[in-house]
Amino acid sequence: MILAKVIGTVVSSQKAQNLDGVKFLLLEKIDPVTLKGKNDYVVSIDSVGAGIGEIVFYVSGSSARFTKATEGKAADSAVIAIVDFIEKDGVYTFQKNK
Amino acid sequence: MILGKVVGTVVSTVKADDLAGARYLLVDKSSQRGEIKGDYLVALDLIGANRNELVMISESTSARETPLTVSKPIDAIIVGIIDVIDENDKIVYKK
Repeated sequence: MILAKVIGTVVSSQKAQNLDGVKFLLLEKIDPVTLKGKNDYVVSIDSVGAGIGEIVFYVSGSSARFTKATEGKAADSAVIAIVDFIEKDGVYTFQKNK
Repeated sequence: MILGKVVGTVVSTVKADDLAGARYLLVDKSSQRGEIKGDYLVALDLIGANRNELVMISESTSARETPLTVSKPIDAIIVGIIDVIDENDKIVYKK
């Protein structure tokens, strides 16, 4: 799974039929140590109610279709977790609400 | 599979895959000599890997080929802790 920050939303009214009622998030991949954006973006389906600015991680490929929000849909990326802490070498590099 | 070094943990309470008690480890991809690349991913740990251990990771569909991850939205799991790697008859990594 890849760590990213939710930086926006994507709206599409004309799309594959089975993608109705799905929320698309604009994610930017981040470096988990510096939390800096890597200027590498992906559109991912929200299955956990992630908000703008939150750190998340997402799954890609077929595994993205194994959430309630993406089951049977033409999706290859799904946000599956909102991150509370990232710890590296015993030090927190990210703490939510801090 | 790819090689990576366990460098930390990622904690998340709000998640979709309801894998109770699952440990998400922060892994830095590395060479066969254990040199880290600064290219990170989050991998599910099912075998009890510890910090600084070199591990083998399976990605994408194969990540769901374990009893715990079948039909779960998971695309990276740690499938082995590395003891030794040799290259051209020379040991390049030893635990």
